Amino acid sequence: MAHDEVKHDFHLVNPSPWPLLGSIAVVVTALGGVTYMKGLFGLEAGTWWLLALGLAMVMWVMFGWWREVIKEGNVGDHTPVVQIGLRYGMILFIASEVMFFAGWFWSFFEFAIFESARVGETWDSTNALYADGLARFNDWPPVGVETFDPFHLPLINTLILLLSGTTVTWAHHALQHGDRAGARNGLILTVILGFVFTLLQAYEYSHAQFTFDGTLYGSAFFMATGFHGAHVVIGTIFLAICLIRLLMGGMSAEKHLGFEFAAWYWHFVDVVWLFLFAFVYVVPHLVYGG
Amino acid sequence: MPMDEVAIDHHDAHDHKPGFFTRWLFSTNHKDIGTLYLIFALIAGIIGYTLSGLIRWELAEPGVSVLTQFVAGEGDVAIQNAKHFYNTVITYHGLIMIFFMVMPALIGGFGNWFVPLMIGAPDMAFPRMNNISLWLTVAAFVLACISMVVPGGPGNGFGGGWVLYPPLSSTTGHAGPAMDVLILSLHTAGIASILGAINFIVTILNMRAPGMTLHKMPLFAWGVLITAVLLLLSLPVLAAALTMLLTDRNFGSQFFVPGGGGDPIMFQHLFWFFGHPEVYIMILPAFGIISHIVSTFSKKPIFGYLGMAYAMVSIGVIGFVVWAHHMYTVGMDVDLKAYFVAATMVIAVPTGIKIFSWIATMWGGSIEFKVPMLWAIGFIFLFTVGGVTGVVLANAGIDHALHDTYYVVAHFHYVLSLGAVFGLFAGWYYWFEKMFGIKYNGFIGGLHFWLMFIGSNVLFFPQHFLGLQGMPRRYIDYADGFATWHMWSSIGYAITLVATTVFFIGLVEAMIRRRKGAANPWGEGATTLEWTLPSPPPFHQFNELPHVTNKGGH
Repeated sequence: MAHDEVKHDFHLVNPSPWPLLGSIAVVVTALGGVTYMKGLFGLEAGTWWLLALGLAMVMWVMFGWWREVIKEGNVGDHTPVVQIGLRYGMILFIASEVMFFAGWFWSFFEFAIFESARVGETWDSTNALYADGLARFNDWPPVGVETFDPFHLPLINTLILLLSGTTVTWAHHALQHGDRAGARNGLILTVILGFVFTLLQAYEYSHAQFTFDGTLYGSAFFMATGFHGAHVVIGTIFLAICLIRLLMGGMSAEKHLGFEFAAWYWHFVDVVWLFLFAFVYVVPHLVYGG
Repeated sequence: MPMDEVAIDHHDAHDHKPGFFTRWLFSTNHKDIGTLYLIFALIAGIIGYTLSGLIRWELAEPGVSVLTQFVAGEGDVAIQNAKHFYNTVITYHGLIMIFFMVMPALIGGFGNWFVPLMIGAPDMAFPRMNNISLWLTVAAFVLACISMVVPGGPGNGFGGGWVLYPPLSSTTGHAGPAMDVLILSLHTAGIASILGAINFIVTILNMRAPGMTLHKMPLFAWGVLITAVLLLLSLPVLAAALTMLLTDRNFGSQFFVPGGGGDPIMFQHLFWFFGHPEVYIMILPAFGIISHIVSTFSKKPIFGYLGMAYAMVSIGVIGFVVWAHHMYTVGMDVDLKAYFVAATMVIAVPTGIKIFSWIATMWGGSIEFKVPMLWAIGFIFLFTVGGVTGVVLANAGIDHALHDTYYVVAHFHYVLSLGAVFGLFAGWYYWFEKMFGIKYNGFIGGLHFWLMFIGSNVLFFPQHFLGLQGMPRRYIDYADGFATWHMWSSIGYAITLVATTVFFIGLVEAMIRRRKGAANPWGEGATTLEWTLPSPPPFHQFNELPHVTNKGGH
């Protein structure tokens, strides 16, 4: 620090060991993952401890790092201008997540719409995409694949996620009005709904008539819904941490960035599900099954 | 802005820097992290440059005679092994130069150093996250180097080219763990870049000094802002493609497996949706640097400031909708090709705006040919050559003949090796004194430029001829008819080797002599905020934020 006092509200963070430790953890995790999958450095495939060690280190770093952030927030390092920066940061992070799912949807549509072109039927270039649009889903899912009925479990899951979107908003408004009991109840409900969604999804997976390996449909289906499911789990943990912080007396009515970010993230996960429900479950079912 | 129009904060020598290990390993200081990025890029650059040396050494004469010395076996076995070794050399040369040299140097190095200084901010928005961007980049590089030496399938390392197309990158092509480590290396590099991109965008949007509107912001900050947006939106798509590749290889999914109904071309779409914006990611920060240098040494404000800024914006936007021009030969529909030809050509318009505005800035200016200006003018000339061959290749019809030939190699080395890298050296010589507080020897800097200019042109210009004659890229051997221009190309490499030696001599000379640097060595032409600070700047600058009052701050 220079001799003259700091006359701005930006947050000059103290040196921290977590970034370096986190990067070491990532290297261990990556090498552990490849060791598990393929075997590396003389360790046989299936060796799990290196991967487990790496993941444990990653968890440790996340815990230590974010604990530091919460402490800094509590001692007032997060001034209004820093809060604006954190908000921008979270929005941009979600934007990158959106593009990650854009990759899954893009490949899903490619696989679904151009199935006939890939299996060798003639491709009429004068009558491209526009002319028959979604009718191309006629070829998707591929012959022989038995899909889920979207209006059973998937519809219930849709309603569960939409409901959890309202309970998290309830918790937010309660928190803003100083009603901490209401905030607690709303958050508890949201976490439970998130957990139930995951359970139902796992139940559905266990009854699938197709597999991840060996079929393109299964690959595309499980990858898109599976990454969404992983995000639901992450979002549920994020909300549960907010609940714990709330119960421990954190999260004031005026300032609760962690809660806001968890809620934004939750809504993002919700919206992704709506797209999955519409295009992975409903449209192929209506066009093909109907 | 002119220095008398900003409130300069007064620093003295009371900077309290943390101890050595805390300062460099746990850093949360944008200047220290920038320096670490530059050192890292230098190390990775030496490795990538050594790999290109192996390529040119092998290709200096027809026949396979050089790389055989580096691999096991005798006779035909050695030649077979050398072929795979050659493939891995070109693959890792590309990946290292892109992900671990150009990007860390231009964005991590100069971006970290000068975006906060130019916009009058005390540091980056998220200083601790800034550090994990650095260390994850290093982690990714460690993984890439490990991937080079573990079994790949045909031999050690992955030899399928930096584009990682399946089936070469599937278990069909490379069954061993090298490709899996490489996938995770690129995931890691991607995470590092996404976090860095978020940091730059938030810093630029939230931490500009009072009075510095976006339309007064220096063009380098503009370049980094647009670069960061491109990174943020394109890298996650690559991450999705890499993840599919990883599960195809290890968990039996069928995304890119034709036998299972999958589509290898889909990988190319996803890859180039990232890969094309990546090209602009590498060049936009250099555009910013060149603008400042041309303006400084012409002693004129940049011509058409707003046009320059929005030219970069439109390059960024259009850059997202032209990706399939890398894939004309996969058998795509002719209408689709027509679209991608047209969209690609459109990019020449904003790029032309930039070139002509640089020339217009020099026009009527009082030009000083100091070392950074030499590199900047070299950049403008060479980048234009690469841009013109880019317009040629944008035509799908011509590309059917030139696809995967040395013409393409020449084209992208003119925009990258002679474009981005010249921009990088321009920035190095422009800001060296500011960053390290010492002066370099101008004669050595000039010598470095002229040797590099001659060497890289001798290296890459003949490759246009080779491509037009039909020499395919990524081949270890060639027919005798190609020998002459290959020999010249290798001679060019030798000249750049001399140039690079001169570069390091200049660096060592400056470090030994330690001539004390001035706050602003360039005089009245250098108007951005970093020149209002001492060289090197204090550990924490702008404790009292500068107020930008004049009309145009660029």
